[in-house]
Amino acid sequence: MKRVAALVAVLALVGVAVWGIWPSAPEVRGQEQRISVVDGPADDQRVELDTTFFAPPDGGKAPAVLLAHGFGGSKQSVRLQAQRLAQDGYAVLTWSARGFGRSTGQIALNSPDYEVKDVKQLIDWLAKRPEVRLDAAGDPRVGIAGGSYGGSIALMTAAHDSRVDAIVPQITWSDLADALFPDATGQGPENGVFKRMWAGFFFGRGGGPIQGLEALTRQPEPLSAEEARCGRFLPAICDIYQQVAETGKATPEAVALLRQSSPVTVAGRVKAPTLLIQGQRDSLFPLGHADANARAIAAAGTPVSLAWFDGGHDGGNGEADWLHDQTTAWFGHYLKDDGSAVARPFTVTRDGGRDPGTRQRIRLHPEAASYPGLGGTATTSVTLSGPEQPVVNPPGGAPASISTVPGVSGLLGGGGQSNVSVSLDMPGQSASFESAPLTTPLQLTGSPTATVKVSGKGQVTLFAKLFDVSDSAQPPTLPAGLVAPFRVTIPEGQSSVEATVTLPAVDHAFAVGHRLRLTVATTDMGYATPAEPASYQIGLASPALTVPTVSALAAPATGVAWWVWALPLASIVVAAIVLATGRGRSRSGGDPAERAGEPGVPLEIIGLTKAYRNGELAVDGLSFRVEQGQVLGLLGPNGAGKTTTMRMMMGLIQPDAGEIRIFGDPVSSGAPVLSRLGSFVEGPGFLPHLSGRENLELYWAATGRPTADARFDEALEIAGLGKALERAVRTYSQGMRQRLAIAQAMLGLPDLLVLDEPTNGLDPPQIREMREVLKRYARDGRTVIVSSHLLAEVEQTCSHVVVMHRGRLVSTGPVSVLLSEAVPTNGHGPRLEDVFLDLIGDKS
Amino acid sequence: MTAATGYAPRRTLPLRVEIVRQFKRRRTLVMFGLLLALPWILVIAFQFGPQGAGQQGAGQQQASLRISDLASASGLNFAAFVLSVSASFLLVVAVALFCGDTVASEASWSSLRYLLAAPVPRDRLLRQKLIVALGYSATAVICLPLMALLAGTLAFGWHDIQVPGTGETIPALDVLPRFGIVIGYALVSQLVVAALAFLISTVTDSPLGAVGGAVGLWIVSTILQAVEALGTLREFLPTFWNTAWLDALAPELDWSGMAKGASVSVTYAAILIAVAFRRFRRKDVVS
Repeated sequence: MKRVAALVAVLALVGVAVWGIWPSAPEVRGQEQRISVVDGPADDQRVELDTTFFAPPDGGKAPAVLLAHGFGGSKQSVRLQAQRLAQDGYAVLTWSARGFGRSTGQIALNSPDYEVKDVKQLIDWLAKRPEVRLDAAGDPRVGIAGGSYGGSIALMTAAHDSRVDAIVPQITWSDLADALFPDATGQGPENGVFKRMWAGFFFGRGGGPIQGLEALTRQPEPLSAEEARCGRFLPAICDIYQQVAETGKATPEAVALLRQSSPVTVAGRVKAPTLLIQGQRDSLFPLGHADANARAIAAAGTPVSLAWFDGGHDGGNGEADWLHDQTTAWFGHYLKDDGSAVARPFTVTRDGGRDPGTRQRIRLHPEAASYPGLGGTATTSVTLSGPEQPVVNPPGGAPASISTVPGVSGLLGGGGQSNVSVSLDMPGQSASFESAPLTTPLQLTGSPTATVKVSGKGQVTLFAKLFDVSDSAQPPTLPAGLVAPFRVTIPEGQSSVEATVTLPAVDHAFAVGHRLRLTVATTDMGYATPAEPASYQIGLASPALTVPTVSALAAPATGVAWWVWALPLASIVVAAIVLATGRGRSRSGGDPAERAGEPGVPLEIIGLTKAYRNGELAVDGLSFRVEQGQVLGLLGPNGAGKTTTMRMMMGLIQPDAGEIRIFGDPVSSGAPVLSRLGSFVEGPGFLPHLSGRENLELYWAATGRPTADARFDEALEIAGLGKALERAVRTYSQGMRQRLAIAQAMLGLPDLLVLDEPTNGLDPPQIREMREVLKRYARDGRTVIVSSHLLAEVEQTCSHVVVMHRGRLVSTGPVSVLLSEAVPTNGHGPRLEDVFLDLIGDKS
Repeated sequence: MTAATGYAPRRTLPLRVEIVRQFKRRRTLVMFGLLLALPWILVIAFQFGPQGAGQQGAGQQQASLRISDLASASGLNFAAFVLSVSASFLLVVAVALFCGDTVASEASWSSLRYLLAAPVPRDRLLRQKLIVALGYSATAVICLPLMALLAGTLAFGWHDIQVPGTGETIPALDVLPRFGIVIGYALVSQLVVAALAFLISTVTDSPLGAVGGAVGLWIVSTILQAVEALGTLREFLPTFWNTAWLDALAPELDWSGMAKGASVSVTYAAILIAVAFRRFRRKDVVS
């Protein structure tokens, strides 16, 4: 036990020490720098960019990474990421884009004339740094990463500057016009529905929602009139925004301006391998934007991978660590050429349920070897049903249905642990069509499509959404909280029009028994809707809802970890080894058959030696022999080694050297010959909760020998316990236990009986009786060994004695011989006591 | 004639004998009494406790229902609740008691040496004792949820089980085999405690030391499990997968956690038991 405790303590100490001295990541220091750039359509506007450069901590030339911030942020918002990247061995440059933070200039929405020119000059600057690895003079090895606004600058710069070697744009747009004026029937932003709340946040000065909670707690600063009107936007952008926000309609000029800032127009020129990371919970830049970017980039033959992660502008988990790993792997592969395994072409984060151990939510990342697009690799047709239903557009468009509240869902969703949102539809404003309960699970990956028929008059703004309806009392869930806005115009003279609606791209598992519900509503809080009251009829043009699936993604069910099988098998092997190597060590002495003893000798001890743990010898080269029919007294002072010898006779402890033979057989633990030995050594050992009789009976049963051989009656007579035999042993006196133990030793009348201090605790009549019992016992051809302190007793009982002292044999022989050799003293005949004291050299 | 007539090593210490030797102990009887009475005590607590918390929780359909909110929903729910509150400690103590006590108590009564000198070969003695101790442990682990099922059904009725978390219901008859899985997994996951207690039992002469040592190491493992910094290393702690049986009551049966838990448990158990045998074989019995 002590050794185990010590081992545990040592292990703990080692653990703490290793933890303490484990080399911590090198410190990365940022170097603040203001870099002057010149941009504008005519290259005549000077702008000061506020930057921080993080040199690679271990010196040398490293690839560079430009880390861009999101809308409303500044270089400070990516500081931690930058340090982490720098620790991974990159030269990292962060900067506040023009119009943000302490940089001067105005926001031009990543326009090729402004922000893109700025970043090209940052690359020029990097090319002059001694820490940065160069591909050619003036051409550094450089990657760009960033989210949202920062993601789009990555794409835009890569399209305009061939020096960029790899990019990781996250949660960004492909077409800003389409993001702000989406239309699910594919008629383009001119026909789109204004995403009013997000646009308001986006163009609002602070970009509050992107900052999360910070935006709510920050003290508002007073603004100038111009600032209040346009913030730090270029006036041209500001004017157009104000115009479209008022009307809710995209003008061609607005679309043209927004397209200028949209990667989709130039993505075909991107030559840098691109890892697109898009959020599944993003109503601002939904997955469709990454899809458009990916297709445009891949069309030019550039390697592109796409990951749908659990995050986005509406919250979700964010998976910061996973994103970091993916980003560093991408850059490691394409910038450092270190052979990192990069993301496969398509990865989706899925809810893996709860970890069975921690009960925490876990995320799985199934992958596919090719990106199938939003149409999936296959489609499942789900039949919807429902009558034509009347819906109204309420006057003023209020109250509006709620699907996602921009900037708030992420905050209220408690970090968005689950990938679904609860949405609210107003009565009378929506039509719903449901499928039958699913009989097999359905994993939707991509954009489902449905065809609806709208009856009424004029232009109709509608919102389609696909709910997951479970059968229990749970409210239906709207995957990712996404809706598909669309606008249809019913031609003059017709009463209705059909429209094919592409529903939002999501990855969602519909469980067996759940139903799919297509809801078409007239309002949504996040969008601009007409103020005039109107009523329509909405029905299904076709009952089929086309659901895309990607079976390649379903495959990576992780299966059981390898160690689930390997560990138990290995442990069984280890256990077998532990047992095999532990099998009774063969002591010196060789083959027992070779030195077969004499079967007629009850006990023979040859050179027996046993050391205590401290090395002191308890028994030291002891040899003697006991013949049949003897009653042998084993004598010796305390510590002479009598009890140790007896324990070795019983096979309880292993001798260090020498041998004990009983009836010719060497004794070891559990040797069958021990069945001919009855023993009582160092006090009785009974189960205290059982009666005396039960103890004896169970003991005999434990020997496995026939009950008839036990001779219970004779043994019980010796015990002489009477009625007490039926009482629990714990109620017995010391003498009663002693007698019961001797009775137990005599069960089955063993050929050799070993008794250690049998008369302890007995009263004089019992002692006398015991003496007779032992003599009688030996007379029948059996052998008895008795150790005792009571020398008078031994003298009267025993025929022979063995005297031990300090583990050695001092004398052995018949009592009579021993006594006769002694010199009479004090006038009367020699007593054993005198002989004994004489022998052990302690005569006073 | 090397052995006494009628003696055969493979007949020594029959299981029947060892079962009787252990059964009449007050410790055994008290532990079983406690395990059998606990469900009734909890039923009474649920019946007479302030109405509200439990009842309301079940009716409310909140987003996440705790297992305790649903305890009074049905007999099956109640049994799951009883198992969840006792698996982490009470059953551990019970198993540690049966397996930790078995050899150490013989040593402390001095009866061990007479058994060994009978002679019961050491391997056989350990084997028989281990089988009986595991048998008692298994009986304890099985009888608690069964009694809870009985008590819960009498008190709360036989209804379909409501799953914690989502509040979905699974038909009672579908869940009965799952309940078997739960009990089976509880048994397997307690193997570590059993093996650990058994090992300590062969090393020490103090029965309570063996039980306490096993429970103590169990507690240490539970504490380590709370250290998030250990990361995936924690998966290899013997206590980590303790609650994996909850997956068997989820709407969709998930084996992965239980497979890992069983794997870890069997691994520890095999090695600990092997070490116990090896040590005991060579041990000098001096008690």
